[in-house]
Amino acid sequence: MALLEVCGASWGSQVSCGTKSGRRQDPGHYSFSLRTPELAVPRGLQPPEFLCSLEADAANQVRIEMAHGTTTLAFKFQHGVIVAVDSRATAGNYISTLHVNKVIEINPYLLGTMSGCAADCQYWERLLAKECRLYRLRNGERITVSAASKLLSNMMCQYRGMGLSMGSMICGWDKKGPGLYYVDENGTRLSGTMFSTGSGNSYAYGVLDSGYRPDLGPQEAYALGRRAIVHATHRDSYSGGFVNMYHMKEDGWVKVESSDVSNLFHEYLKTQG
Amino acid sequence: MEARYDRAITVFSPDGHLFQVEYAQEAVKKGSTAVGIRGTDIVVLGVEKKSVAKLQDERTVRKICALDDHVCMAFAGLTADARIVVNRARMECQSHKLTVEDPVTVEYITRFIATLKQRYTQSNGRRPFGISALIVGFDDDGIPRLYQTDPSGTYHAWKANAIGRSAKTVREFLEKNYTEDTIATDSEAIKLAIRALLEVVQSGGKNIELAIIRRNQPLKMFSAKEIESQVVDIEKEKEEAEKKKSKKLI
Repeated sequence: MALLEVCGASWGSQVSCGTKSGRRQDPGHYSFSLRTPELAVPRGLQPPEFLCSLEADAANQVRIEMAHGTTTLAFKFQHGVIVAVDSRATAGNYISTLHVNKVIEINPYLLGTMSGCAADCQYWERLLAKECRLYRLRNGERITVSAASKLLSNMMCQYRGMGLSMGSMICGWDKKGPGLYYVDENGTRLSGTMFSTGSGNSYAYGVLDSGYRPDLGPQEAYALGRRAIVHATHRDSYSGGFVNMYHMKEDGWVKVESSDVSNLFHEYLKTQG
Repeated sequence: MEARYDRAITVFSPDGHLFQVEYAQEAVKKGSTAVGIRGTDIVVLGVEKKSVAKLQDERTVRKICALDDHVCMAFAGLTADARIVVNRARMECQSHKLTVEDPVTVEYITRFIATLKQRYTQSNGRRPFGISALIVGFDDDGIPRLYQTDPSGTYHAWKANAIGRSAKTVREFLEKNYTEDTIATDSEAIKLAIRALLEVVQSGGKNIELAIIRRNQPLKMFSAKEIESQVVDIEKEKEEAEKKKSKKLI
């Protein structure tokens, strides 16, 4: 309760933890981790109201800032899917680290990117990885990208309005070919050819849209992804560190590179003249 | 001995039997026969239709049920129990399609039905489902499949099988006659199913219900006329075979 006092939030009725379902339910493997909620919701405390009272607002006096600092991008092309992310983690105006891994390697054929609240992304995507592994064990074949992204978006729908913050792209190669889905904390799930998320996404879209062709060669695609991240990190103060790039091929993903953005930016300056 | 251990489902007998489950299997043996055959490009389900009372509307008795476009099942045993199982399986097929964006595989829905049945053998206050089911269909990869479940919740894949009354006779017939030739074409597989049922069904084609699924095609129920024409063909072939035999003897 010390945390509640520090935040200045009003103490509602007694905070008591209790899971929702009274009936004895074994989740079974067909519920995909949805029938029993993963997190206990405190009874009597409405999460959306609780969060409103903490949000950055002049009247409320700033307590917690939910900043979503990052740039991640992914696009499909003729040789598969390119995934490129930055590696800076921020807490408000403070740079916590330049070495965050914003890509979770779910299995050799599935990747998930993270943007938004680091804790939310890591937790839910690791949960997704667990469900994907269980799916593989139970059904004898790897989960499809559409199914994996649907599981994640259903998890988000369950906690809609409770203050999760996660923008993720699920990329993979399955029996239907290369797959790319964008999933966010509202439960939005979109299939597409190109996505970019995070505070630096507008800068990345600018570079991607001007250079993208479906028939890019692998090296050209790496160069495009690299350039997009570098330019986004240059302009967006919440992105930076390294460009971590993955290439999703038919036989699995490979990590292409992890390059420092400042070095890359100086190289671009040189070639521009 | 038996009397003390067969009241509750959740009690093992000293020699390791769950008597309620075994009694459920007896209930299955009382049901009308169903036969399933897995061909190369076709799967066939045939059931023996119980003769209906004069005033009863025949169409309300359906023993072959579609679970989805590409999967169907036939059962033997308590019809009411089967209705519940079929309902749950149909819901699961759609729920799977919604969550995973892919139609169920035949193995998945069989596993679901079997898990459902097993759950009822391990909870108090409930009795096991008194049905065995034959589940047939094609998977996305185009391979035909036939599975059988029983009241204990086990399931196995089969090339051809029969359940219900006289299942043993029919299975022996299938063991003798299921060869690469007899399932080579669709019509041969259909004939094999009808011949197997004719072994045990009285009064011929009127009491047989037949359904087939061909690869990438929906379930097709045979009309009474189509079954009759198949039966007539089978009778002709039988006569010709007998004539040949008698010629040889002479």
